[in-house]
Amino acid sequence: MSATAAQGHSEGHAHDHGHHHKETFITKYIFSQDHKMISKQYLITGLIMGVLGIAMSLLFRMQIAWPGESFKIFEVLLGKWAPEGVMDPNIYLALVTIHGTIMVFFVLTQGLSGTFSNLLIPLQIGARDMASGFMNMISYWMFFLSSVIMVLSLFVEAGPAAAGWTIYPPLSALPQAMGGSGMGMTLWLVSMAIFIASSLLGSLNYVVTVINLRTKGMSMTRLPLTIWAFFVTAIIGIVSFPVLLSAALLLIMDRSFGTSFFLSDIFIQGEVLHYQGGSPVLFEHLFWFLGHPEVYIVLLPALGITSEIIATNSRKPIFGYRAMVASILAIAFLSTIVWGHHMFISGMNPFLGSVFTFTTLLIAIPSAVKAFNYITTLWKGNLQLNPAMLFSIGLVSTFITGGLTGIILGDSALDINVHDTYFVVAHFHLVMGISALYGMFAGIYHWFPKMFGRMLNKNLGYIHFWITAICAYGVFFPMHFVGMAGVPRRYYTNTNFPMFDDLTNIQVVMTVFALIAGLAQLIFAWNFIHSIFYGKKAPQNPWNSNTIEWTTPVEHIHGNWPGEIPEVHRWAYDYSKTNEDGEYVIPGQDFVPQTLPLQENEEELNH
Amino acid sequence: MTALLTIIVLLLVAIAIWQMTKIFELSQVGTENSQIANDKDNKINGYLMFGFLIFIYLLTIYSFWEWGDVLLGTPASKHGPEYDSLMHISMALIFFVQIVTQALLYFFAYKYRGQKGKKALFYADNDKLEFIWTIIPVIVLAGLILYGLFTWTSLMDIDEEEGDPIIIELYAQQFNWKARYAGADNVLGKANVRLIDINKNNVLGIDETDPYGQDDVVSQTELHLPVGRKIIFKMRSQDVLHSAYMPHFRAQMNCVPGMITQFSFTPTITTEEMRMDPGIAEKVQHINKIRAKRRANGDDNADPWEFDYVLLCNKICGPSHYNMQMKIVVETQEEFDAWMKEQDTFKKTIAAAE
Repeated sequence: MSATAAQGHSEGHAHDHGHHHKETFITKYIFSQDHKMISKQYLITGLIMGVLGIAMSLLFRMQIAWPGESFKIFEVLLGKWAPEGVMDPNIYLALVTIHGTIMVFFVLTQGLSGTFSNLLIPLQIGARDMASGFMNMISYWMFFLSSVIMVLSLFVEAGPAAAGWTIYPPLSALPQAMGGSGMGMTLWLVSMAIFIASSLLGSLNYVVTVINLRTKGMSMTRLPLTIWAFFVTAIIGIVSFPVLLSAALLLIMDRSFGTSFFLSDIFIQGEVLHYQGGSPVLFEHLFWFLGHPEVYIVLLPALGITSEIIATNSRKPIFGYRAMVASILAIAFLSTIVWGHHMFISGMNPFLGSVFTFTTLLIAIPSAVKAFNYITTLWKGNLQLNPAMLFSIGLVSTFITGGLTGIILGDSALDINVHDTYFVVAHFHLVMGISALYGMFAGIYHWFPKMFGRMLNKNLGYIHFWITAICAYGVFFPMHFVGMAGVPRRYYTNTNFPMFDDLTNIQVVMTVFALIAGLAQLIFAWNFIHSIFYGKKAPQNPWNSNTIEWTTPVEHIHGNWPGEIPEVHRWAYDYSKTNEDGEYVIPGQDFVPQTLPLQENEEELNH
Repeated sequence: MTALLTIIVLLLVAIAIWQMTKIFELSQVGTENSQIANDKDNKINGYLMFGFLIFIYLLTIYSFWEWGDVLLGTPASKHGPEYDSLMHISMALIFFVQIVTQALLYFFAYKYRGQKGKKALFYADNDKLEFIWTIIPVIVLAGLILYGLFTWTSLMDIDEEEGDPIIIELYAQQFNWKARYAGADNVLGKANVRLIDINKNNVLGIDETDPYGQDDVVSQTELHLPVGRKIIFKMRSQDVLHSAYMPHFRAQMNCVPGMITQFSFTPTITTEEMRMDPGIAEKVQHINKIRAKRRANGDDNADPWEFDYVLLCNKICGPSHYNMQMKIVVETQEEFDAWMKEQDTFKKTIAAAE
């Protein structure tokens, strides 16, 4: 019903949209309300932040591998924080902190979700634009503003925030405890508050658009899995981000207005502070109530993108569409009741630990279903190994490798000895960092033609993938051993413990792989920038895909479709579908676009 | 030297990339340049997929062969073996799943690489299959959850009445540890950071009026534990979050300002015995070889190392987080009693300060 109403509205819109074409440079490229332009803005901002985040990780990896060594590059980039080229412990922690913040929030939340939700939701559900173009624009500009503030915080006199990306108080609340907890942390909190507002505006828009603006015939069960993933991600974001905002606000009050929400009984630098009665554990609860769903906010869009790409490039329907949707929903639901597994040894009641172990290990079930379904989709396919497909297969691989160690960490008893060690770092980098990055790259390679009207160079794409894939395992697989040997994370150097001396060579191996991986991203950067201007012109439907974004013209137009919005008659996964006589539904073509009505003597599937 | 090596490695990588681009470009001569994978790309990348599977396996084997000996070794607490066996079972399980699923994934990617004219199988659903791979994880995980929960409950069950435990307070501050023993009455005196009086050497803020606190003993350098005796740790922090991590005992608990957290274990192997442990002895020998090499190069921090248990801080706590440690000495009850006798009680310390 609502879909029809929206349709009527959109048609009315289509009639008059030919009249207002007077776009200036500012309304077209800067304060644009067009979802396609906004998605490009998100992508490019996200990629620039990504360059920063990755560069930081290379710097601190060098410090870990060659502790206390003097490097010219430290002196150049870090200035006073690297006297004579030796990295200062304060800036080491700051780099770790800001690397985490940038990668989790700025690259993999808004860079990934913002880009592809904006690009694909209207295009794949058949809408002229987002429900509110204006809100969409505000959302991007708030994201931009928060990025700018985060980057500015790097230049604060006493150093940027350095209490870890989880900013646990009291460390993050007391400038006496570390320099970064002064102005740097203030800017971090301000930036994050704006970021959360941006994310909420975006998410509300996505949800409303998916619910209301689907074209005729696009029932929920005909949605491509990408849209399901973006839709559910947006819902998790709406549920959990406000809690982080409240945590940030309370922390701001503790820091600036003398309240004691998170602080109590503190004696520091020779004096007793007035705080009384607060609890840092409360902050941990509030933080991880967002923090854990955040993992899935990062991961689900990547899984959605992968589902679409694997089906398209296998020339097969995604196996178990309904199970895939169900597992997205199950993961989303469970993700909001597992936050306590970050806090098994925080001092909370051990009984709670038992409950959170139970819910946490349950997540392995829908995750396993997803992994098996991906593998089955490949089975007996006709795999077109485009770069996007390689990254998608890579995602399934790292998702399994990283996900499995979650069974160890999610078990409260086993967590005791690996908590906060490199084992955790290895786990979450594989399962959410690398996997989500692969998903992002897959999406960029796949939809680049839709975004920029040109193709990315595939050979550079292949090289990019293979180097990245080898290095990703080269960095994070050995890291598990370091963690099992008991090395805590966020140590500036491990040389103060002779028991860790035999790990030095592993650290060097990991760092060398990381440096090579970092360099490999330059190939991508070059490919990306070069192809925007000089890439080969893209055909309308380069990957022979069923989804309706490929029925729009290559040149972007306001309103997406020149004429009426196409009507949808089937689900998105009729690849290689044959009639009873063994012939493709459309003779000579192994895909059936969603816009094609049911053919004669074609068997209808229950979708 | 390192810098030079790094530059050489980077240069070589850059050259390799350049050459690979050329190979890829050359292999494209004569084909249309659509930037969409053709049969040749599918073939090359299909084979590479298979190669990558072998790479993962080799990496796994190499890692175990090369670094299998860096792990923590024999657990030194009563619950340690229990912990380790749960860990081993979980590890065996995840390695099994890892090996099988990665094999399927990359083998399919190789086997079904695309070819023009090949027909993919339209295969959208199979309830039976999906049921199977939902129910198997359910059963396996149910087992693991139950096993894990039993272990967790027995680990976290801290009963002060049972087994004649010693009560020890671990006190964390930026950036060192202190330990407070409850003394002859085995009850810790009340304490609060507001009572800290540096001039009177009351660094832990023990209540001077509390009779239970008079016989408390504060150790600022080493944590001594009697072997075979249940120990209940009460953790406190005076400034920021810290985490008391004792990896050899499979023990860890955060120290939270404003709150007392606790953890309990029974050490089973004395420091002396642990030094004789074959695994540890080998590790020490290996590390001392590394340190000897460093010494030969004239580096500092290269003296021969003797094994000791250690208490580390494992929650980011500030710039010197990486060096917040305390030596743990596990010894026989007699040795422990003798050490204890040498220590000053709180009453004595205060009196001396006055």
